[in-house]
Amino acid sequence: MLDKFGIAKRIAQELKDGYYVNLGIGIPTLVANYVPDGIEVILQSENGLLGIGPFPYEEDVDADLINAGKQTVTTTKGSSFFDSAMSFGMIRSGRVDLTVLGAMEVADNGDIANWKIPGKMVKGMGGAMDLVASAKNIIVAMQHVNKAGESKLLPTCTLPITGLHCVKKVVTELGVFDITPEGFSCIEYAPGVSIDYIKEKTLGRLVISEHVKEMMLS
Amino acid sequence: MLNKIVKNADEAIADIQDGAVIMLGGFGLCGIPENCIAALVKKGTKNLTCISNNAGVDDFGIGLMLKTKQVKKMISSYVGENAEFERQLLSGELEVELIPQGTLATRCLATGYGMPAIYTPAGVGTEVANGKETRLFNGKTYLLEHAFDSDFAIVKAWKGDTHGNLIFRATSRNFNPLMAMAGKITIAEVEELVPAGELDPDMIHTPGIYVNRIFKGENYEKRIEQVTITKK
Repeated sequence: MLDKFGIAKRIAQELKDGYYVNLGIGIPTLVANYVPDGIEVILQSENGLLGIGPFPYEEDVDADLINAGKQTVTTTKGSSFFDSAMSFGMIRSGRVDLTVLGAMEVADNGDIANWKIPGKMVKGMGGAMDLVASAKNIIVAMQHVNKAGESKLLPTCTLPITGLHCVKKVVTELGVFDITPEGFSCIEYAPGVSIDYIKEKTLGRLVISEHVKEMMLS
Repeated sequence: MLNKIVKNADEAIADIQDGAVIMLGGFGLCGIPENCIAALVKKGTKNLTCISNNAGVDDFGIGLMLKTKQVKKMISSYVGENAEFERQLLSGELEVELIPQGTLATRCLATGYGMPAIYTPAGVGTEVANGKETRLFNGKTYLLEHAFDSDFAIVKAWKGDTHGNLIFRATSRNFNPLMAMAGKITIAEVEELVPAGELDPDMIHTPGIYVNRIFKGENYEKRIEQVTITKK
């Protein structure tokens, strides 16, 4: 079974040289720490930055330079700033190659719910609805079950929807699942996790790929 | 002769009346018009509808205007990090309309470009789409979203000149140039105000035609929501 760092490491294997990537808040942000050697990816922040660098040294903290999580950051060589309309313009027009998001629920048809829990304070969708409506390649990074032990991979979302038919792949502490017409297709299981356990913890339609294998993490 | 210079924030916002619809630039606490917010709190203007991506924190940004109960309605994409906001929302004192961030940005753009509406895929199939017109383009469904109609836009820039030309710095640009284009009256507060001719025309982000009033702001705190650092 993976911890959150393991999930981030596995998603980092999806990065390709030259990719423009938008990483959501939480586990997705950790993916930046595991970019494979020898490839260059450019991180987009939807408030208006291409080329997010590491957190600054204390003396370099700049209040005018933050990421979409409102954390202080730096820029990389070749970075650029722009306004928030252009930022979503590049997302909407399909320039961003990969988007990694957290989620509360994913349905076996690729629907995602990640912005609102009825009865709880609603904080807002931020850029999530724009991202899921437009990004061509969306990977969800999340825990397989919620705190009550219930599956978050469902036949249909029970929470308010963020976007329809948009998720392409889900990576959880148990494995990697492609969204296919047949539902969640398990293509990898995490070290120490049995297929039976994955079946038990997945409420949505689940098929086990004929090429299923154990996840390899360096 | 163009005369857009006002003395300070008090003068800039003097004619904002109770019940006005105002846009405020910024993302989180980054690039917010600190001086004008302080002046609005001092003036005590009430029943404001505020269009801004966020609602500040409890004791800074728009949070200061929430504390004094000057805001009737917030139109934002994300309003976490603010306990007073939550209290007023749950007690029914405050209305909130949540809209996707890209939709918020592009509706500002539409206003500034003189377009009545846009089509966007954001929110299709969600509660954001309730009651909205949809249309199919190339097999994909889009929502019709209208340009904003606001009385004032208040933005913060890094540098400005006496003609109202503006330059923003780093990610404090965010919604500022978009909102600058979208106010019936646009007020810009700047860290540095220079005579026309001193800014390189190639470097201007917001042409002065969009700006009605400009002044040099003072005592910027530039509070940071989350200081994250790399240890040496």
